[in-house]
Amino acid sequence: MNDTGQCFTLDGRMVPFQEGQTVLAAALAAGVYIPHLCFNPEFAPHGSCRVCLVKVNGRMQAACTTPAADGLNVHSETGELRDIRRGILQMLFVEGNHVCPACEKSGACQLQAVAYYVGMLTPHFTHFYPRRPVDASHNEAVIDFNRCILCELCVRASRDIDGKNLFAVQGRGIQAHLVVNTPSGKLGATDFSLHDKAAQVCPTGAILTKHQGYTIAIGQRLYDRKPISVVGDVAQLSEQQGGRRHE
Amino acid sequence: MAETSPVRIDGVRDIVQRHGALPTRLLQILREIQDDLRWLPAEALDSVAEALGIAPDRVRRVAEFYAFLYTAPRGAYNILFSDNITDRMLGNRALLHALCARLGVGIGETRADGRVTVGTTSCTGMCDQGPAALVNGQAVTRLDAARIASIATLVEQQAPLEQWPRELFEVTSNIRRADILLGRHFADGAALRAVLKRGPAAILDELLKSGLRGQGGAGFKSAAKWRSCREASGAVKYVVCNADEGEPGTFKDRVLMQDFADLVFEGMTLCGRVMGARQGFVYLRGEYRYLLDALRDTLQRRREVGLLGTAILGEPDFNFDIEIHLGAGAYVCGEESALIESLEGKHGVPRIRPPFPTTHGYLNQPTVVNNVETFAAAAKIAVEGGDWFASRGTAESKGTKLLSLSGDCERPGIYEYPFGVTVRRVLEDCGARDAQGIQMAGPAGHMISAKLFDRRICFEDLATGGSFMVFDQQRDILDGIRNFTHFFVHESCGFCTPCRVGTVLMRDLVIKVHTGHGTRYDLEEMRTLGRIMQVACHCGLGQTAPNPVLDSLEQFPEAYERRLRSTAFEPAFDLNAALEEARRLTGRHDPGAYLNEEELLLGAMP
Repeated sequence: MNDTGQCFTLDGRMVPFQEGQTVLAAALAAGVYIPHLCFNPEFAPHGSCRVCLVKVNGRMQAACTTPAADGLNVHSETGELRDIRRGILQMLFVEGNHVCPACEKSGACQLQAVAYYVGMLTPHFTHFYPRRPVDASHNEAVIDFNRCILCELCVRASRDIDGKNLFAVQGRGIQAHLVVNTPSGKLGATDFSLHDKAAQVCPTGAILTKHQGYTIAIGQRLYDRKPISVVGDVAQLSEQQGGRRHE
Repeated sequence: MAETSPVRIDGVRDIVQRHGALPTRLLQILREIQDDLRWLPAEALDSVAEALGIAPDRVRRVAEFYAFLYTAPRGAYNILFSDNITDRMLGNRALLHALCARLGVGIGETRADGRVTVGTTSCTGMCDQGPAALVNGQAVTRLDAARIASIATLVEQQAPLEQWPRELFEVTSNIRRADILLGRHFADGAALRAVLKRGPAAILDELLKSGLRGQGGAGFKSAAKWRSCREASGAVKYVVCNADEGEPGTFKDRVLMQDFADLVFEGMTLCGRVMGARQGFVYLRGEYRYLLDALRDTLQRRREVGLLGTAILGEPDFNFDIEIHLGAGAYVCGEESALIESLEGKHGVPRIRPPFPTTHGYLNQPTVVNNVETFAAAAKIAVEGGDWFASRGTAESKGTKLLSLSGDCERPGIYEYPFGVTVRRVLEDCGARDAQGIQMAGPAGHMISAKLFDRRICFEDLATGGSFMVFDQQRDILDGIRNFTHFFVHESCGFCTPCRVGTVLMRDLVIKVHTGHGTRYDLEEMRTLGRIMQVACHCGLGQTAPNPVLDSLEQFPEAYERRLRSTAFEPAFDLNAALEEARRLTGRHDPGAYLNEEELLLGAMP
């Protein structure tokens, strides 16, 4: 791993990296957690959620898009960054309709776990309460657009890995929204499958499996006992581990 | 009227073929289809995707992203009022309401017979001759009651736009002060002869000596940009002129493109020679579409006289041509990487940087993107020399700057000053006798109050792309701030969280205070939110969006404080506003339908 001998400093710790790695990828590979949502190590960085914001040599930058370089001085776990990240999480919570107590993914949701990690206890800002219909037209899966945070992981997975291109984001600004790529806009009209990569990467409860639910009791779920910084991302863990990944 | 016949779909295929079936031409293709059909029906989008061999969602993404592309039917006359604060100062809202009343149509709506749609749009760059509007994409200026009456009549008579009185579409340049850029004669071809005679390296040296910096406002050293692109590896290189002048209150690039197009094209061709590029693009904002035919004629004339195209000035290996791409209403495309995305036929979301356009620009090839004014200055520097340019200005800001003056002043228009001029001097020259504040460099720039009028306009002090909007003592600063926060909500691309959501939260906080429901707590909320946006957003649009609020909280606290409630906290939920839908449905506007008298008065206002 540390074949180049190059390192940057992250909150005082030396983190080795390989040529071409970003600050976030190198940190995670070295076992140092930086909160993130739209980043998944299996995909090219996206840089849209802004949760992985860090201070690099005094400048605020997204860790997922900042190339690692020898001698960089990176700060992540500071009070200032925690406040900013919490603010960003709160924005995501008021933009959609996130009703954690009633959500099947509660306890195994990356969005919720990251919110806890950054100390978010309330959504703080005024709720937008958008009207977003649920799509239950598919035999195996439900899409609840209320929980979408526009990370585009399903878009990328379906296009780049599944080769199906079933999802897209349309609209500009606050009108931006996830759509299913069919004339009817319904998932039921597609060949979407639970074995698709797109079904396994959502960091929230926007893509849910039908005909089963609450199989793991509240209190025994992925993030119920240990924080996400220890457990890791739900999309990276197998179903046996309480994650979403199909082996 | 919303029907699309098969014949029209064939028309779509013809248009695609005329553009060589190139996906990079997608935005241009959609614009042309819309010229024919007035809007973009789903069938048309699908046939474009098929003809181009690209995914239908990509076509839809573009169609839904740009404000001037419509995926629902529009009226035969599409009338958009420019809604910058300077248009408002000149009374555009009353005129908008008057036109809607005459035509029997609501704001943002299409009349039932499909004849006309009336709405608003971001600043159209006619601030010195507003209130302004766009009618079917063509710029209309100096609106007043008589012109509104005349437009209403023409619409009812179904008069074709070509038969409308020409004076409605007259755009004047209003150059009030000229210095070395606007004032001195330039012989077409002189810069190209200079580079052929002295070679690219010598021209780069002159550019370095001149100290020229990006005149769009960012101020990157032009010589460094050109050199880096010249030295970048890449078989094909590109020159891009950023004429997407979207910052509200600026219109100097419009004047350069209207009166000095040869100079701008010459600067681009020079750049092409210096860095070894054969293709240039002008990205012209959609609002300036009225310039398109004249610009294409100028390009053609330059080809005919050997200043453009193949074997320029008889030099066999000097080949360079320029193509004009029209934008379609997206401020974010003024950001250079979003502009490149748009040039490639995509929706305009700023790219992750690095890499930068000098190495990975258009089609991932080395690309120089410069502002219109920068190319014009570069052409002059090639002829007159770097020392000549550097003799003007300050230590860090050489040469001159074009300022677009508008708002409360007697002589709005274009003023060219050496860098380092004080705000006070500019105010004196334009006849702004009673200014309380200036919005410098547009909503993304800074608001400054009278105590800062001795500051100087230059990169060391107040950097600007050229927008300079004057607010006099009679103005309510918060009207302007509210207008700017609306602008950023409309123009956010929606890619990153803090801009997409933060701009909406900020606008709503400003409205809350502006309508008398805010408390001290809300002001602190604005500061906190603003600080998050400044550091966390993906691009300059979001990072600068809170500036007007943060600056005015600092410079004009009384504009906020006199509206505050004395309580520590006031909920965002507004019971009176929540009742509005019920009032509309029941048609009730009597006192009994309002909670109290104050809200009755507010509700009765247009």
